[in-house]
Amino acid sequence: MQMPAPDVRIMGLKARLVSRLSEVLPPDAVIADPAETRAYECDALTAYRCPPLIAILPASTEEVAAALRICHEEGVPVVPRGSGTSLAGGALPTADCVILGVARLTEVLEISTEDRLIRVQTGRTNLSVTGAVEDLGFFYAPDPSSQLACAIAGNIGMNSGGAHCLKYGVTTNNLLGVTMVLMDGRVVELGGQMEAGGLDLLGVVCGSEGQLGIVTEATLRILPKPEGARPVLMGFDSSEVAGACVADIIRAGILPVAIEFMDRPCIEATEAFSGAGYPICEALLIVEVEGSEEEIADQLGLIEEIARRHDPVELRRAKDAEEAGRIWLGRKSAFGAMGQIGDYLCLDGTIPVGELPRVLRRIGELSEQFGLRVGNVFHAGDGNMHPLIIFDANREGDLEKAEAFGAEILRLCVEVGGCLTGEHGVGVEKRDLMGVQYGPDDMDAQMDVKDVFDPAWLLNPAKVFPLEASAGRRG
Amino acid sequence: MDGLRPTSESELADAIRGATGPLSVRGGDTRGMAPAGTPLVTAGLSGIRLYEPGALTLVAGAGTPLAEIEAALAAEGQRLSFEPMDHRALLGTTGVPTIGGVAAANVSGPRRIQAGAARDVMLGLRFVDGTGRIVANGGRVMKNVTGYDLVRLLAGSRGTLGVLSEVALKTLPVPETECTLLAEGLAPGGAVDAMSRALGTPFEVSGAAHLPDGRTALRLEGRAASVRYRAEALRGRLGGTWAEAADSAALWREVRDVTAFAGGHAAIWRCAIRPSRAAALLAAIGTDHRALLDWGGGLVWLSVPSGGAEAVRGAAARLGGQASLVRRGPVPAEVPALPPESPAVTALSEGLRRKFDPRGLFSAPLRENA
Ligand SMILES: Cc1cc2nc3c(=O)[nH]c(=O)nc-3n(C[C@H](O)[C@H](O)[C@H](O)COP(=O)(O)OP(=O)(O)OC[C@H]3O[C@@H](n4cnc5c(N)ncnc54)[C@H](O)[C@@H]3O)c2cc1C
Repeated sequence: MQMPAPDVRIMGLKARLVSRLSEVLPPDAVIADPAETRAYECDALTAYRCPPLIAILPASTEEVAAALRICHEEGVPVVPRGSGTSLAGGALPTADCVILGVARLTEVLEISTEDRLIRVQTGRTNLSVTGAVEDLGFFYAPDPSSQLACAIAGNIGMNSGGAHCLKYGVTTNNLLGVTMVLMDGRVVELGGQMEAGGLDLLGVVCGSEGQLGIVTEATLRILPKPEGARPVLMGFDSSEVAGACVADIIRAGILPVAIEFMDRPCIEATEAFSGAGYPICEALLIVEVEGSEEEIADQLGLIEEIARRHDPVELRRAKDAEEAGRIWLGRKSAFGAMGQIGDYLCLDGTIPVGELPRVLRRIGELSEQFGLRVGNVFHAGDGNMHPLIIFDANREGDLEKAEAFGAEILRLCVEVGGCLTGEHGVGVEKRDLMGVQYGPDDMDAQMDVKDVFDPAWLLNPAKVFPLEASAGRRG
Repeated sequence: MDGLRPTSESELADAIRGATGPLSVRGGDTRGMAPAGTPLVTAGLSGIRLYEPGALTLVAGAGTPLAEIEAALAAEGQRLSFEPMDHRALLGTTGVPTIGGVAAANVSGPRRIQAGAARDVMLGLRFVDGTGRIVANGGRVMKNVTGYDLVRLLAGSRGTLGVLSEVALKTLPVPETECTLLAEGLAPGGAVDAMSRALGTPFEVSGAAHLPDGRTALRLEGRAASVRYRAEALRGRLGGTWAEAADSAALWREVRDVTAFAGGHAAIWRCAIRPSRAAALLAAIGTDHRALLDWGGGLVWLSVPSGGAEAVRGAAARLGGQASLVRRGPVPAEVPALPPESPAVTALSEGLRRKFDPRGLFSAPLRENA
């Protein structure tokens, strides 16, 4: 993976930038000591690291605007950062950039249960948004597994999803409005209502990976907490059968909140790691439904009836919260379990759900060909796959091999009618694969949008689009 | 109708590239709002290209009649969850609503509060912009964050950035049954309060409206036993008298299509506002109006015989909402149909229009119904 060479002019501006930024930000909000900027050298894609020139931590929209105005005047690239849990390198700095972290923007600005919304500053973590409304009987639906750490800022940057998005949608479906600072320091309010009057700019900002503006405040839809939720676990002899079972459940008109899938390598690893009591089989499904006790029983009864038609090797309904916890335990520790085996690369392509068996077969073949192990965790209801490729970071060439394997899988996802990334974003990780999914005109149309929001291409400029495609625009 | 009638995406691109003046893009033209210019009719870009009920996915040409899509879905026990409005009764227009028109205008009905708007179930699209460039964005899978989300940018762009040629949508199963609870005689404030409380329960209310005749309606959908259970539970939480509507489906078609305001010569406004401010909006406008509240009060339809442009726009703005003009009635021609935006937002929107439509082919002023 290549990044543009750092601009020596900008590198030479460091002292002056520090002094100008210090005029508009509190002293401890401008970080320039290399020992401290190192804390911002990477996000959760740790294979790539580069300390920024300076990191700043503004605490209000006004401070963000003042800082951006300076960076704009000086022609300095800015990389927005939430909590740095991106798996795509979305918050990866360059040596000549200012990292703008929103970690100090954590206030709850307003809660209205009557209007079913909460307004927060975007540095607030995903889980603590739900935390703020839980006692009122509400929750914020998008729930990435990283929700304890990740910020609403990054969720908006990546249009993040979660285990429950089959029913509740992803970030864009739960975002009502934002306050955003453009690169030149202008502050814009986007959205705010249940529909846009003019162009839906909010829609294009969500998922724009920090390239269109810095989002400082967000209005989020909150939902009443369901009365209860309960999973059922099922094991099958083959992924084909598991896939057919998923399709039948969906066809039957039931809409579970989650349908999670794990394949044999992943089941074995999690079982060894967490002892969740999973059956060792080819494919495992966790299907969760919500409602009152009676509604749960009714839906699970129907789901189990469908499952039985597919000869499950195991069918286990959680009787109570503790059993439910045990069923989810394995799934939730899947990444950790795979991490015990070695370093892993977590992919995120989406496929049409009907293609599951074919894609899993092909991934198995590729695994043999590359000589690297892979386990699959998969949001089966919506086709979002998370193949975890195991490699050894200390072995020469292993990372490159894992990346090449990953690229093959993503190509496969696109080939069968899916896409490169379902929720983690493009960042630097999938940047050079964009051409697999999109033609030159498709990418140009997207880059035209960036031209309008950030004509000088100063915000997170080396991400999302292949460098050769964006070269002419980056100036 | 004369004009351009492309039968393929490449013919559409040729037509746009060859255009020498403004184009008037027509889906079904059921809103009577197409701009002035050479008609460009999308009817030839028709047909369902893919439908996988097990994957809840449908892909269709933009000119496909909505009715054709709804029939195909119904045959598999599915539907478009966002309940698109049929404008023909309200606007006194004819024509055949197309899926491209629905997508380009983000037409979303009562179920928007629970199942999302049209823009929320759009998985992907293809369009031709004003330079004749053919662009694909999104795809046909439910989760896709690859690159920028032009799907949502185009949804609701009303054809000002380009002409849709194909749309991919998420479909949903039709539930076993539906039931609507009705209360009579609530004032708008009390109705919004009841609707907010209902929408704040876990009982998955999929429609919450207050009709001009004073009825307040709450819809529940799902498995029969579940709907029965939730109806009782909801009654318990709300108190007061909630009767069961005789024909739930017909009532929600009435809400969806705003048939109460059909006919006549009043101006029709569509205001998006916070539900808790809906009653204040009505009070601020004064007595010369009738109102239908949908989306639990988040969408206020107004029929104003005198037009009311200043009063409606002013009150909406003061209350942090926005008002679009759907039927002009006596409102003077110089009042724009779309709500005003802040200078910064206008600058961005104009910038995008210049990029995607540098020759201004798609931005002739809308001609609303008189
Ligand atoms: C263990 C683990 C599990 C995960 N599980 C999930 C999951 O289930 N679902 C999922 O979708 N993701 C998941 N992720 C990925 C990641 O957590 C999400 O992408 C998350 O939304 C990133 O949030 P963040 O605050 O850490 O953002 P960062 O990593 O800091 O930034 C993410 C992107 O947003 C941009 N950005 C940050 N702040 C702003 C701002 N204020 N304005 C504009 N742009 C901004 C950045 O430039 C960057 O491009 C997981 C990650 C890990 C490590």
